[in-house]
Amino acid sequence: MRILATIAAAALTVAISATAQAFCGFYVAKADTSLFNKASQVVLVRDKDRTVITMANDFEGEVEDFAVVIPVPTKIEREQINVGDRAIVQHLDAYTSPRLVEYHDADPCMDYRHFEMSMDSAAPQAAVLEEARKVARSRGVTIEASYTVGEYDILILSANESSGLVSWLQDNDYKLPKGAERVVDSYLKQDMRFFVAKVNLKEQSKLGYQYLRPLQVAYESNKFMLPIRLGTLNADGKQELYVYALTRTGRVETTNYRTVKLPSNVNVPEFVEGEFADFYRAMFDKQVEAENERAVFLEYAWDMAWCDPCAADPLSAQELRELGVFWTGGRGGSKIAPMPAQDVFVTRLHVRYDGEHFPEDLMFQETGDRQNYQGRYVIQHPWKGEPSCDISQYQAQVRERQEQEAQQLANMTGWDIDDIRKKIPFPEGDAPVQEPWWKRIWG
Amino acid sequence: METKIRQLSSNLDPRYFQIVVLSALLLYGVAILDFGIRWQNAIAIMLTAQFVQLVGTRAVQLPRFDPLSPLITSLSLTLLLRTDDVRLAILAACIAIGSKFVLRVRNKHIFNPANFALVSMMLLSDHAWVSSGQWGSAAIGAFALACLGFIVLTRAKRAETTLAFLGCYAALVFGRALWLGDPLGIPLHQLQNGALLIFAFFMISDPRTTPNTAAGRILFAALVTAVAGTIQFIYFQPNGPILALILCAPLVPVIDSLLKGRNYRWEQPKGVL
Repeated sequence: MRILATIAAAALTVAISATAQAFCGFYVAKADTSLFNKASQVVLVRDKDRTVITMANDFEGEVEDFAVVIPVPTKIEREQINVGDRAIVQHLDAYTSPRLVEYHDADPCMDYRHFEMSMDSAAPQAAVLEEARKVARSRGVTIEASYTVGEYDILILSANESSGLVSWLQDNDYKLPKGAERVVDSYLKQDMRFFVAKVNLKEQSKLGYQYLRPLQVAYESNKFMLPIRLGTLNADGKQELYVYALTRTGRVETTNYRTVKLPSNVNVPEFVEGEFADFYRAMFDKQVEAENERAVFLEYAWDMAWCDPCAADPLSAQELRELGVFWTGGRGGSKIAPMPAQDVFVTRLHVRYDGEHFPEDLMFQETGDRQNYQGRYVIQHPWKGEPSCDISQYQAQVRERQEQEAQQLANMTGWDIDDIRKKIPFPEGDAPVQEPWWKRIWG
Repeated sequence: METKIRQLSSNLDPRYFQIVVLSALLLYGVAILDFGIRWQNAIAIMLTAQFVQLVGTRAVQLPRFDPLSPLITSLSLTLLLRTDDVRLAILAACIAIGSKFVLRVRNKHIFNPANFALVSMMLLSDHAWVSSGQWGSAAIGAFALACLGFIVLTRAKRAETTLAFLGCYAALVFGRALWLGDPLGIPLHQLQNGALLIFAFFMISDPRTTPNTAAGRILFAALVTAVAGTIQFIYFQPNGPILALILCAPLVPVIDSLLKGRNYRWEQPKGVL
């Protein structure tokens, strides 16, 4: 007996690029393997009614257990499914990540963090191996087609009613989580379809990949949306989802949930450099709470042609093409010298969801907003050289600034202000709060 | 004392209440929700609307200049229209107020000015859009909006359109959820939408662009709901109600001529809630 469980482990995409990725469908695995929907990374390429979706996964388990059921907004054929390159999703993640910027008091030159960019390129292959067509015997479900695409066996299901699909899944040893039948039924009535992807071990060993590559689907539909309802059914708590929208006109936002910008361009104490991931996680937690756990957060909105500062280079035309950006030139760009991409606007959305706070699927719209936005946090290093003059005035300024940074940090993250102060090397070792207030008046 | 207040409130132009409520919503949106209303757009819309109203008043030789109506239109436009180009905001205000003077049938303008401008701008430019999700769906916020709007309406004595629209829309989303077998949390979430309530209370309810009779107004609200549902749930496009209102507005003169016999003057006190 296998269990229809959901997506995998999360890690926050901060200074380091996100290593945890998952599908927006739901996993199918053996009963003793507990898999949970925790994080997913989805790239949505959209112009007019054409969509290309790329779903990266971070499945951690025996690959022979792996299978995933993915809902798509419309009927699809074999040629519409492809296997993508994980490195490109990682690159997009790195390019759009929140960033830490450093300034030095004495040296006005800016120095920003560079992010390691993974360049191991695995050219997507779509090995087309037609398998014998299987036709389900029972209850109105037909396996319209079954193929091998890369390391995956793909079954495209067409069902007249959910009981057919559900029974077919059960007949094939898949166990659905409670409530899945209702959701499947609802999706089918809305003309959505499903496909199942299983790992073909023979193909996988032939191709030699140690991980599962992202699945891509291209389809034409009015629906600019992401089905999240199935994933919430048996998930253990909240899940993280990153949506990277690549569009032509401007920023993408949700139409049925609030899209909120995270605090940005804020000065933070120096020690945050060493714990940027913790800082970002705490800040995100606080913002989620402030929005009653019902908002989608904007982490990046930028014209793909450039960045300032760059967390990673913009994607090349070739990489964009592979993600499905069908309106750009494509093959011209080279990976060694990435061409500046044109006519692509990237929006990075981060949502933490569960069934209670996000009852509906995410519906999107493209806006005309081309205003740039990025999660940018600033460290201003005090000058630390040997003084050759009286610097007490400068030190007072630094103390004041550091105290302000400490308070801002406490506000943003909910961390204890005293713990923060302990980590700040105030000049002469004193926190300004301990200085009597009247000293500053006539000082 | 109570009678005095009642007299005062019934003598006072209901549009003052409307302006107060719309301004409060604008402040709430800017200060608390921070949903990207640009001040330069707001000012450009307000000034342009008054200017076009003045020009229109002179051109058609109206007895007096009325600043209230363009102010209400400006507030609605500022609340709903998003654009990153101030010229588009100016154009939107011109279209809104201009449409009142140009597009008329039997001494009534056909389109709600703000509605007409919103749809025109969305069709004309990629750089104008409506952010319907930005109000969030906090139940308390929705409730507050509904109550505030309701006060405006009871003063305007035209609550049928709003109530009929909200009733029909609720029936639509709950009916759809029942048919799909969806949990009730979904239609509830769909109803807790600030933009939907603003539309219901401040746009579809416009006494100048709805049918003259109560029955006509209820019929009109049902029609708008049906078209909005089609746009939203069959064509999967956002802003269903706003688009539906523009599509149904030309039917108002038809409804009026069909339901002529039961006309009543809206100034008459009517026992509306």
